[in-house]
Amino acid sequence: MFLHGYGAQILHGTWETIKLALLSLLVAFVLGLIGASAKLFGNRLLRGMAQVYTTLIRGVPDLVLMLLIFFSIQMGLNEITDMLGMEVIEIEPFYAGVLTIGFIYGAYFAETFRGAFLAVPRGQLEAGRAYGMRSSQVFRRVLFPQMMRFALPGIGNNWQVVLKATALVSIIGLTDLVQVTQGAGRATSSMFLFICVAGLIYLVLTSVSNIVLWLLERKYSVGVREAQL
Amino acid sequence: MIESLNNFLTILNDYWKPLLFWDGTAFSGLAVTLWVLVLSLALGLVLAIPMSVGRVSNNRWIAWPIWFFSYVFRGTPLYVQILLIYSGVIGLQVVRDTPLLHTFFMSGYNCLVLALMLNTLAYTTEIFAGYIKNSAHGELDAARAFGMSRYKMYTRVILPSALRRALPAYSNEVILMLHATSLAFTATVPDILKVARDANAATYLTFAAYGTAAVLYMCVSFVLVALFRRLEKRTLGFLGHSQH
Repeated sequence: MFLHGYGAQILHGTWETIKLALLSLLVAFVLGLIGASAKLFGNRLLRGMAQVYTTLIRGVPDLVLMLLIFFSIQMGLNEITDMLGMEVIEIEPFYAGVLTIGFIYGAYFAETFRGAFLAVPRGQLEAGRAYGMRSSQVFRRVLFPQMMRFALPGIGNNWQVVLKATALVSIIGLTDLVQVTQGAGRATSSMFLFICVAGLIYLVLTSVSNIVLWLLERKYSVGVREAQL
Repeated sequence: MIESLNNFLTILNDYWKPLLFWDGTAFSGLAVTLWVLVLSLALGLVLAIPMSVGRVSNNRWIAWPIWFFSYVFRGTPLYVQILLIYSGVIGLQVVRDTPLLHTFFMSGYNCLVLALMLNTLAYTTEIFAGYIKNSAHGELDAARAFGMSRYKMYTRVILPSALRRALPAYSNEVILMLHATSLAFTATVPDILKVARDANAATYLTFAAYGTAAVLYMCVSFVLVALFRRLEKRTLGFLGHSQH
């Protein structure tokens, strides 16, 4: 029988992995934008906080942070609800995982966005000002769309890293592709086969994202002349 | 606040020795993390140099297999690679029937270093190949004008320059590898995180246990970054960046 009858379960695990990666990406993206903006446009306090966030997170292995944050989210929340005399709010592990991975990779996104913001020529921002745009309008109409073009390769890289990092969530007890295939491998004592299947699925996912990123980059670099060598 | 500080002190007091180097029966903690890191990096680096030369070769029978190897290892999570080597390979009939392979794959250390080495080999090969491709045309022309053979061109002109220019990218890879070693406990190797997990299991001081491990990793990261900064200053002087 195909994969000893574990096909449906593996498909479900794959879907969980994709969901986890996409939602974490969303959280990381937003945190990254906030972090980069704080670093570049914030006052001293915000700048300092963003600096601490990106330096601390990027200096510690993602797995250690996952264990640290994932188990601390619920405990921290319990303490807060205790203090306010409210009932215990249970966070679903899946969403705790999303928040954890998003929080970790937000630091990496912040650095990517910071570089991209700095790559936008100053003259364009001044031109925006000269047209009488407000700061928010300059950000929305000039800075952000231009910045995205420079950020895209970095975003693509980070996405691949996030996707591969989701493989670690089975260690903190979430159901994902790795956990399902590991279980199947143990039950049928053909670990090698099932881990290979997991690897193959990850390879397909990263290959598909490569193609999508290539298409996006082509779209966003419309009107940019490449240096001809 | 005081309470969490106390928790940290409890962990430090009870676990400083296993966290740094010795758990009572074997090496553990920081010593193991560094040993695994250095071993896999050294093996990966030595292999990556010929691999990267092959990767840019015009002979597709050499270039494509290397591309395929690095594509597969860069496209799958390291955790899956470790699982495959540590839990998967041992179940294969061939390995069970060959005593030498069996003993090799029974050891968590061997499997972990093998997996980390292959992983860093894939990334390092791509880094080096990229810088080899970016070699300055003029330098190659000059080497050719001197009548150098291909081998001499590589050993005297291309590689010394490419490997130096690759240093900033490679230092990034080293930091990522340090972070990757935290997967060691999945192959039962007692690294920093394994000790922190044991401490957590014994004391339930989750935040303090993992927090201590995080601080330890962060210190190592910062030391490595500082070392590479110094190295870059020395070796990249010829690019003239130091004036900036």
